[in-house]
Amino acid sequence: MDLTGLKIEDLPVIFRRDDRALLEEMVRAAVDMTRRYFGRTISLYAPLYISNYCQNECVYCGFHASHVDMPRSKLTLEQIDRECAALASTGIRSCLILTGESRLHSPPAYIREAVIIAGRYFPYVALEVYPLEEKEYRDLYLAGVDGVTLYQETYDRQRYDELHLAGPKKNYDYRIDAPDRIARAGIRQISMGALLGLTDWHEDVMRLFEHVRSLEKKYPGVEFGLAFPRLRRVADDEHNYFEVSDREMVKIIAAARLVFPRAGISISTRETPVFRDRIIGLGITKMSAGSSTRVGGYIESKTDYEDGQFQVFDPRSFDEVKAMLIKKGFDPVVTDWRNIVNI
Amino acid sequence: MEDTLVLGGRKFTSRFFLGTGKFGSKETMRKAIADSGSELVTVALRRIDLEESQENILSFIPEGITIMVNTSGARNANEAVRIARIAREAGYGDWVKIEVINDSRYLLPDNQETIKATQMLAAEGFTVLPYMHPDLYAAKALVDAGAAAVMPLGSLIGSNQGLKMRILIEVLIEEINEVPIVVDAGIGRPSQAAEAMEIGADAVLANTAVAVAGDPVMMACAFARGVEAGRLAYLAKMGQEKAVASASSPLTGFLYDE
Repeated sequence: MDLTGLKIEDLPVIFRRDDRALLEEMVRAAVDMTRRYFGRTISLYAPLYISNYCQNECVYCGFHASHVDMPRSKLTLEQIDRECAALASTGIRSCLILTGESRLHSPPAYIREAVIIAGRYFPYVALEVYPLEEKEYRDLYLAGVDGVTLYQETYDRQRYDELHLAGPKKNYDYRIDAPDRIARAGIRQISMGALLGLTDWHEDVMRLFEHVRSLEKKYPGVEFGLAFPRLRRVADDEHNYFEVSDREMVKIIAAARLVFPRAGISISTRETPVFRDRIIGLGITKMSAGSSTRVGGYIESKTDYEDGQFQVFDPRSFDEVKAMLIKKGFDPVVTDWRNIVNI
Repeated sequence: MEDTLVLGGRKFTSRFFLGTGKFGSKETMRKAIADSGSELVTVALRRIDLEESQENILSFIPEGITIMVNTSGARNANEAVRIARIAREAGYGDWVKIEVINDSRYLLPDNQETIKATQMLAAEGFTVLPYMHPDLYAAKALVDAGAAAVMPLGSLIGSNQGLKMRILIEVLIEEINEVPIVVDAGIGRPSQAAEAMEIGADAVLANTAVAVAGDPVMMACAFARGVEAGRLAYLAKMGQEKAVASASSPLTGFLYDE
């Protein structure tokens, strides 16, 4: 099979085949392609959680609004400044600001202030927040946002409705149309993904790829990124999910590289260090390092969550991750952008 | 025989230019530059850590090498201009390789915006080296805009496909005599670099093929020699390649008293 000219429509057949030789061939082709377009480099970034209030009821997430035992907090602007300073002092230059999905607690104006503060410390600032209006995205772009991450969670509309019980997130269409609004607002990078396991990943990955490909054609100037977070079950959740094995993860990542040769692909800290280290270079171009998923985690609280979606399985520091990459023959890319909007 | 390239008012002995991205380590990059004898390298401003000098990519570039900052990430002329200005203000000189790319899948340069950026930056005193799609009208416009060279792509960036654009680049080489023609992008092998030089390009810029080779330093040297061999062949005036053998009894012989 000629894997270099692989098309999305070729994937269903490949996805259904449990063929060891084919997987090996796919991974080799993906490694070669990643090397060609990204070289021996991996970009590093860190998340910065500024609030964990949420208005939604996603059954698979421990942060859902009715989980009243969950301690909630939101950083003041002064605290955001101190967090940024602490994170930047570790050497990190790319920062992903996250809030829980609550327009009430984290309105666009608050996010905008956070972006402006982060821009003083980081040459690259991205956001992972609830979906916004185009004008709001535009304001954030002008305030210095370089990229936005937004996952559809699942492309199965019925399943989406079953798993998102209440809150603004219940609106499937508003979420799926958000990447169009982000692109029209002028934002240069959009990272997309599905939370693998909510439904049969074969379907979700295909729909995700088709979605990204159609956006690429509409907005060729946008750099699209991909991520494949795997669902981690939370303690009180009784729903049935669809397991995604390591073998399947590798197949998905290799397929993503082959159909999107130049797309950034990131791997999250919810994967274990062993798995993260093994799949570096197989298609991955970006990883978080020294991550804390606590609000205020870089100064005030050092311990991370021990359960569910926000548990950090890779506790290594920024320097430790850099050292690991160097040992594996990769150049850790710390600085990969210079904001040019406000200068 | 002295054969120097004059570009942007500077003289270069080596006609092999090197990009600094994609190397597995900055030390390997440094050695590739030093050992290949390349005298001009391009560095993306986005990769320069302006705040931190310890691991700054620029501290790995040997002394005496001309650095042209490139505008990687610029989607239009204004963004390219802003990047070039930041580079100059940060003290990285005024040599700039313009890359204006508004297509993330193929990374094809936008000639119209590139011309605009060239006009603006040349007017501000930059030495402007634009990366472009090999189109004669665009090349002429770039020269008129004040470009110090014209840098057509050989094929898609990172593709290692070589001189797919050969017939269009030959037109530029024939018609654009005011500034050097530097073949940039897609050159995957030293023999392809030699081919570019044989047809009369003034220099070749490579990055991916060197950076991701098993031994990048050795590959950089191989490229430098390929460029040199191609240049010598061009100067030596190669015989034309012919598809058929030359007739030993000329058809027009009867017209002459022989």
